[in-house]
Amino acid sequence: MGKRKKGIAFAFYIMVIPMSLLFFIFHTYPFFQGVFYSFTNWKGYGKWSLVGLRNYIHIFSDPDISHAYEFTFFFAVLATCLVNIFSLLLALGLNAKIKFKNTLKAIFFLPYMLGNLIVGFVFNYIFANLLPPIGKALGIASLSVNILGTDNAWAGVLFVTVWQSLAFNTLIYLSGLQTIDRDLYEAADLDGAMKWKRFKNITFPLIAPFFTINIVLCVKNFLMTFDQVMAMTGGGPGTDTTTVSVLIYKKGFQGAQFAYQSADAVLFFLVIIAISLFQLFVLEKREERFE
Amino acid sequence: MTRKHIRDTSWNITLLLIVLAIVLIFLPLYLTVVIALKNPQEMAHVLAWPQVIQWANFSRAWDMVSYPQKFFNTFRITVFALIFTLITNSMVAYAIARNRKKSRFFNFLYYYLISAMFIPFNVLMLPLVKQANQLHIDNIVGITFLYIVFGLPMNTFLYNGYIKALPTSLEEAAVIDGANPWQVFFRVIFPLLTPINATVGILTFMWTWNDFLMPLVLLSKPDQQTLQLSQYVFQGQFSTDYNLAFASYLMALIPILVVYLLAQKWIIGGITAGAVKQ
Repeated sequence: MGKRKKGIAFAFYIMVIPMSLLFFIFHTYPFFQGVFYSFTNWKGYGKWSLVGLRNYIHIFSDPDISHAYEFTFFFAVLATCLVNIFSLLLALGLNAKIKFKNTLKAIFFLPYMLGNLIVGFVFNYIFANLLPPIGKALGIASLSVNILGTDNAWAGVLFVTVWQSLAFNTLIYLSGLQTIDRDLYEAADLDGAMKWKRFKNITFPLIAPFFTINIVLCVKNFLMTFDQVMAMTGGGPGTDTTTVSVLIYKKGFQGAQFAYQSADAVLFFLVIIAISLFQLFVLEKREERFE
Repeated sequence: MTRKHIRDTSWNITLLLIVLAIVLIFLPLYLTVVIALKNPQEMAHVLAWPQVIQWANFSRAWDMVSYPQKFFNTFRITVFALIFTLITNSMVAYAIARNRKKSRFFNFLYYYLISAMFIPFNVLMLPLVKQANQLHIDNIVGITFLYIVFGLPMNTFLYNGYIKALPTSLEEAAVIDGANPWQVFFRVIFPLLTPINATVGILTFMWTWNDFLMPLVLLSKPDQQTLQLSQYVFQGQFSTDYNLAFASYLMALIPILVVYLLAQKWIIGGITAGAVKQ
């Protein structure tokens, strides 16, 4: 380590220092600023003073915030499960011996390309105008009105989120499935293994790393859900579908709760860190067991 | 044995996937197109093809949201963010990847940037917007710049994985020939990065073109808005004129659909490569 500076040309420092400084100024600094403001009572304008932990104490007795966290977790868990089940099934289908494989793959990947917002608007129309007549005809009460205006609004948002997220996760599972040697299946076929057993004992262990990637990415993305909610319900009806991100945006910018929502954001950050670390730990352990 | 190797095409699964593709993917898209082409009187039979195609929907939407302006705003943001992300982020990652082992400083930078991946945008968005207002970067130029800077953690991670695996012999040969680090980077390394540049490029393109949150909080002036944001802003004015609204949505979707149609294989490949590296 003694001669560590010797071998490094000055040019390498020039390559990294400006970008790293900019990153610090526009990313790290605002982050710490947010942490600092979370200990104040600033509204986003006017005077402020330090209030210690008051915002944090308040957060835990605030029904808006606890509801947003409940809904966000509920939504993220459901979306993660549904997306992984359906994308794995879709990937298994696309990996089977089928015709038009590449065309089908390209079609199922299409939703990933489309902006969340516009997709949300298109489905708004479907939920408001197309589904109710069908729901009435079938005699399903919850579908015979615009679902986004009812207690079941979350299901509408969930459907669209899953619809759009399937594409990416399917692609990851598919690339996992393509690494599996077909001979393994044939050996299993000779042993007379049933399809489910074959999946459980061969396919799944081999794509476990891809499962890990998908779960981690899904949880992280769905905890941030914002676009779909803004496009479809605006967080309503009432505050039913308000996620933490939507709450920070609405109350932080429009509700004069700059400092208070900064505390909320810091808490959210800690939650996300904890979940990410926990996931990496648990899922890597599980992968090791399979290896 | 050999007979088992050649399994027949599974028509059941093919058929199921085709039906799913039609119902789940084509139907919503068809709906978008068909509504955009109709007049309100024809909305009773939503799925029927219009008797006369209402091109006027498009010209009305074009004028209403100032489509050319919004398109070029988005286009400029995407193109500049793309070019500068590829150059600057790969350069940072290269310097870090090659000096991490030798220097604590570069090693620290690596961990600094990687750990920043854990900080979601909405955690720093409130102070960032204040800062952007003060510095007058709440405009197209500013947001482009922020995309380039904010992509750094993820891209450093992607590039680093790739550069690590490149043999150093070519660089050493270039150094012996008298090349300085800049020449080594631009002439030797950068051309070798094409596959990972494709991945980073596609991800940056998708992010900047489709992003809603950053434009929402940073681009408040109408003449600065992006295509996505303008759809949100005009949502209230479209009200129940669905034909106008859908014409507008369709125009906002068309550029990316065209890109996908032209470069579909390349996009899928690039995104897969990036995702599997994570």
